[in-house]
Amino acid sequence: MAPPRPPRAAAGGHAGDRLFAAVLTALGGAVLLVVGVVVLELYRVAQPALAKGGLRFLLDRDWDPVLGSFGALPFVYGTLVTSGVALLVAVPVSVGLALFLSEMGPPRLRPIVSFLIETLAAIPSVVYGLWGLFVVVPLLRDHVEPALGRALGFLPLFRGAPIGLGYLAAGLLLAIMILPTISSVTSEVLKTVPSSLREGALALGATRWEAIRLAVLPYARPGILGAVLLGLGRALGETMAVTMVIGNAPEISASLFAPGYSLPAVIANEFAEASGALHLGALAGLALVLFGLALVMNSAARLLVRLVARGGRAAA
Amino acid sequence: MMKTLRLAALLALAALGSARADSLLITGAGATFPFPLYSKWFSDYNKLKPELRFNYQSIGSGGGIQQITARTVDFGASDAPLTDEELAKAPGLQHVPTVLGAVVVTYQAPVADLRLTPETLAALFLGEITRWNDPRLAKDNPGAKLPDVPVTIVHRSDGSGTTAIFTDYLAKVSPAWKSKVGAGKSVKWPAGLGAKGNEGVTGLVKQTPGALGYVELAYATQNKLAMASLKNHDGHFVRPSLAATSAAAAGVDVPPDYRVSITDARGADAYPIASFTYLLVYRDQQDKAKGEALVHFLWWAVHDGQHTAPGLDYAPLPKPVVAQLEKTLASITVQGKPVSLATSR
Repeated sequence: MAPPRPPRAAAGGHAGDRLFAAVLTALGGAVLLVVGVVVLELYRVAQPALAKGGLRFLLDRDWDPVLGSFGALPFVYGTLVTSGVALLVAVPVSVGLALFLSEMGPPRLRPIVSFLIETLAAIPSVVYGLWGLFVVVPLLRDHVEPALGRALGFLPLFRGAPIGLGYLAAGLLLAIMILPTISSVTSEVLKTVPSSLREGALALGATRWEAIRLAVLPYARPGILGAVLLGLGRALGETMAVTMVIGNAPEISASLFAPGYSLPAVIANEFAEASGALHLGALAGLALVLFGLALVMNSAARLLVRLVARGGRAAA
Repeated sequence: MMKTLRLAALLALAALGSARADSLLITGAGATFPFPLYSKWFSDYNKLKPELRFNYQSIGSGGGIQQITARTVDFGASDAPLTDEELAKAPGLQHVPTVLGAVVVTYQAPVADLRLTPETLAALFLGEITRWNDPRLAKDNPGAKLPDVPVTIVHRSDGSGTTAIFTDYLAKVSPAWKSKVGAGKSVKWPAGLGAKGNEGVTGLVKQTPGALGYVELAYATQNKLAMASLKNHDGHFVRPSLAATSAAAAGVDVPPDYRVSITDARGADAYPIASFTYLLVYRDQQDKAKGEALVHFLWWAVHDGQHTAPGLDYAPLPKPVVAQLEKTLASITVQGKPVSLATSR
């Protein structure tokens, strides 16, 4: 197509801009509408369970579909504990990897490592689950958990029979799954750190490590936090991989070796054959709780990423 | 551009129209367990009656019950009969048992032929027996060398008909199980680990020393899993098999609506954890062509279809149940009139 003449293009551009804006506004509104409809529908389906339990639904720890008694606490606990373990393991590794990619690594190695990390993100979660079940779980059961029990058994965290499946296995698997998210966002954030900061620190006689610790990391801290929260968001909602290695027992246990359960896993497991309005309602209630958790985490991440972007622009 | 679109739409409509003219589509949804057999039946039957096509979605028994209750499909399928509450929402729904399934206890321990009494099985799943060298297990297995390793119980984590049958059996044979846990597609397990699907339970049992779980007989046979013999109602230890499963159905008085639990059945050869799987159709069919086709198909399924079942590891219906089903199918009406089954006979 031949380019139209400039004056017509300008006039057409204005009309086009208005149309474009209207279309985008409609799309944005549609997203809000869909989210609203989802929440309303979940609330409607969850009514029988919420009406029966009220706030007790959130705080009760008994989940017995036969007796019709439903409490969300074991699942909330399992979701938070596995996500917490995942963050504890993934954050230091991811930040280290990001530093390697943006600060320290040999330039010829960086793209290869970065490509490999991004490949981790592309592996489907069911594959992670199978790998977890057949590789991670036996490893934990036969070697890691007995050793942890001997060394740190005085803590309730590392007591109990080493069965392999449980919070620890799910947390470790989640750590590997959220590692690409955190490390790639963090390395992008580190790239926004002005090189004048590094040069200044080095000029004052700081070592490489001191420059990173005193100049680069403090500057990038809010952005790294945003990356961590994005990873947490993924960890909270992960279903398949977690249900395959967590043991699926709706119990609350202080030990990381014990089997537990998570919100997405129980919804996926019991939804298809849920019998009766109360059971279905309880599952919808769990979905609402999960939705709330994810919403809070994602909003926090958005806010922080926006803050760091503004900070980066102001400094540049 | 618009012209092309319009043409394409017209062509699509024409294709749909012609497809509707010379073939009849019957839709169904429900249980996953009999899906391999049903798809074989549908393709076999399609060869007999090319004008008839089936579309079956194996979305689970719960989904099948919901869909047939809402009348969005022509038939439903469920591994467990409807409860009174569910049936009240779908008046006029007929259960048609098609084949039988069984649940076997599979395990991972150096014991060749594990034998279990109902009491021991319940104690295991209640978490009361925690080691393989427990005296109760030793009493069931005289002469066997039972290792001193912990028992890891593995159960289904997803709601399933298999769990419903298994817990129904445990609730029948163990008062403690009945009062503490009860029966259902999802229950509050007193012990053990949950795994998703037959394949999840198998995977976990296979790689956990000392594990014990339950799976479908068909699944266990195809994957050559170790299966325990169970002591039945008459006091005999029975190895899981198709014949022993059919024998369980023969040992029960089947009521006219076929809603019956056949776990812990009488009969010397009866395997104690067995169940019918059902197709669900309305007793009065609204659509003439579909209704007649459906009744003819059901007649074929409970007669000729039974020969295909053992090859796919499903237990065929015993003869008395087939005889009873002939009367039931003859009583199904299409727009108020009975269907002539003369051609089927």
